[in-house]
Amino acid sequence: MTNLMSRNDLLLFAGFTLVVLTMPIWLAPFGAGYPDLLQRFMIFGIFAVGFNILFGLTGYLSFGHAAFFGVGSYAAVWSFKLLTLDAIPAILFAVIISGLFALVIGYLCLRRSGIYFSILTLAFAQMSYNLAYSVLTPITNGETGLQLTLNDPRSLDAVLGQSVAGQPVPNLLGQPLSGYAGFYFCAGFLILAFFLAQRIAGSPFGMMLKAIKSNQTRMQFTGFNTRPYALSAFVISGMYAGLAGALLAVTDPLAGAERMQWTASGEVVLMTILGGVGTLIGPVIGAWLIKYFENILSALNDQILARFWSFLPDGAADTMVAITGKFVGDGWFLTLGLVFVIVVIFLPGGIMEGVRRIAGMFRRRSGSSPATRTQPAE
Amino acid sequence: MTNPNVVLHVADVHKRFGGLHALADIDLQVEEGKTHAIIGPNGAGKSTLLNVIIGKLAPSSGQVVFDGAVLTGRKPFQINQLGIARVFQTPEIFADLSVLHNVMIPALAKRDGMFKLNMLRALDSETGIRAEAEDMLEDVGMLARRDMLAGSLSRGDKRRMELAMCLIQHPRLLLLDEPTAGMSRHDTNTTIELLQKIKARGMTKVIIEHDMHVVFSLADKISVLAQGRIIADGSPDEVRGNPKVQEAYLGGTH
Ligand SMILES: Nc1ncnc2c1ncn2[C@@H]1O[C@H](COP(=O)(O)OP(=O)(O)O)[C@@H](O)[C@H]1O
Ligand SMILES: [Mg+2]
Repeated sequence: MTNLMSRNDLLLFAGFTLVVLTMPIWLAPFGAGYPDLLQRFMIFGIFAVGFNILFGLTGYLSFGHAAFFGVGSYAAVWSFKLLTLDAIPAILFAVIISGLFALVIGYLCLRRSGIYFSILTLAFAQMSYNLAYSVLTPITNGETGLQLTLNDPRSLDAVLGQSVAGQPVPNLLGQPLSGYAGFYFCAGFLILAFFLAQRIAGSPFGMMLKAIKSNQTRMQFTGFNTRPYALSAFVISGMYAGLAGALLAVTDPLAGAERMQWTASGEVVLMTILGGVGTLIGPVIGAWLIKYFENILSALNDQILARFWSFLPDGAADTMVAITGKFVGDGWFLTLGLVFVIVVIFLPGGIMEGVRRIAGMFRRRSGSSPATRTQPAE
Repeated sequence: MTNPNVVLHVADVHKRFGGLHALADIDLQVEEGKTHAIIGPNGAGKSTLLNVIIGKLAPSSGQVVFDGAVLTGRKPFQINQLGIARVFQTPEIFADLSVLHNVMIPALAKRDGMFKLNMLRALDSETGIRAEAEDMLEDVGMLARRDMLAGSLSRGDKRRMELAMCLIQHPRLLLLDEPTAGMSRHDTNTTIELLQKIKARGMTKVIIEHDMHVVFSLADKISVLAQGRIIADGSPDEVRGNPKVQEAYLGGTH
């Protein structure tokens, strides 16, 4: 194992696995220890880890990754409808389809770099959204969204003589995936996704991605064809997005076009930047924080706020309710935007930079050797 | 005119930038294993000539032939894979990566070719490439700085590292665009020694240099460029005595 991973990587991976698997315990005091939310933590963690391979390692900022997430969801639901309610074939199918979709879109978008690349990805994703919403209704069921019905063919299940009573729900080898089973199922995939991302980042291929981000010109004069490297990163991150989309369909087998909208693409960008672009763990933390606060803040409404501010005199309480009311419920995006602006201005490296700064302060206080003062790489 | 020892032939190359005739009718032949210096005042077109050779710029007309292969029309990475490496006038390095990684990357390009999807192998297990990179850094006197970020190096060290990045590929042709600019006298001398050492190994070099001390201690042949034209070429002694060269360097450029 040592020649596969360095000691530090191994420790990070072990720590990450432990933290994820014990989440139902340590998140309970924060009111977040229930399966439905935990599943979303896992799913968007996968989405962000994959996105970071393209944005963080390779330096290409895609504003259209929700398209691959959405394609993953649709593909998974179609697998449930046509083949079987088992989750594994649905996930494999979704990852392959979103990978192929990413291959085509990536091939076209990577003809440009920088801002033009970003705009191209945004344009393609919005096209996908509009197609899913209207033109492709036979495949996507348009506005209503694609869902499971009792009369779906499910040919594989039919051959095996499995039938369902009541509303069909995805399963794993016949076992239901509701509640904590669903969480551990998704957690397994997040751990696997993290492991692969770690391996990619520590491989010669990962080094080439970092080198492309650092100086594309030098890469070309060094004998590398940068296009297939960037395209590989694009497809890999598209497959991660497809996996995340498929898992969302496993936990809630309904795929709608809004999953592909630009706000969903923007959200994964925010997660990555908030946590720390280019770090392995940062994007996962960013995803968890955003999903956590979204869960809390979007559930608040004026009645709850009125109770919260009720200790103030009437006039003042009303004013506070009016002001804070703008930042909760549907206004939660306003809070998100504000937090994002603050992070980008004061902590451009995201939360991970904050962690590094604090760790650095402690190290300095405990006395430093001159060797640690020269600027180390990474 | 066909000399079998010629490995690089720049044939009748013109390069125009709008109205500016940056390279006019350049014909340059570089012999295998020799060091060919190109000198000339600022703006003469020296860097432009290297850009045409490595495929950064397409010539307006004419072509470049390297060891029987026409380079014109090929992509920069293909030209590098044929065995041509370049040190730039302003260092082109991976500023966000460590010095060691900067030198390992070109070694991987040499070994693995222009693309390889080796993503499940650990970079740490590339001990051969790593040892090679460390030897190379030792040669240029930068082993002690291997873990520093390349972007935080001094200008002179960046150039030396870039030289190591080129040398580790064991190119058949090395192009150097003012490799000692921005270096102290001491570093310049170290670099000359290093370049003389490579010369002994038989690597062909084209070097652009302002420092006449460097030129005359390294070059087998010198071409003088002024306003996009080669106004003289020959052995160092021939060029030194050429009145046209004196004129170009003393500012009488018309
Ligand atoms: N990409 C370019 N576009 C337009 N003009 C250029 C370009 N590159 C170089 N030039 C012009 O060509 C001339 C030669 O430049 P250069 O080859 O850099 O000279 P040297 O390296 O000999 O100092 C200069 O006048 C320069 O301004
Ligand atoms: Mg120049």
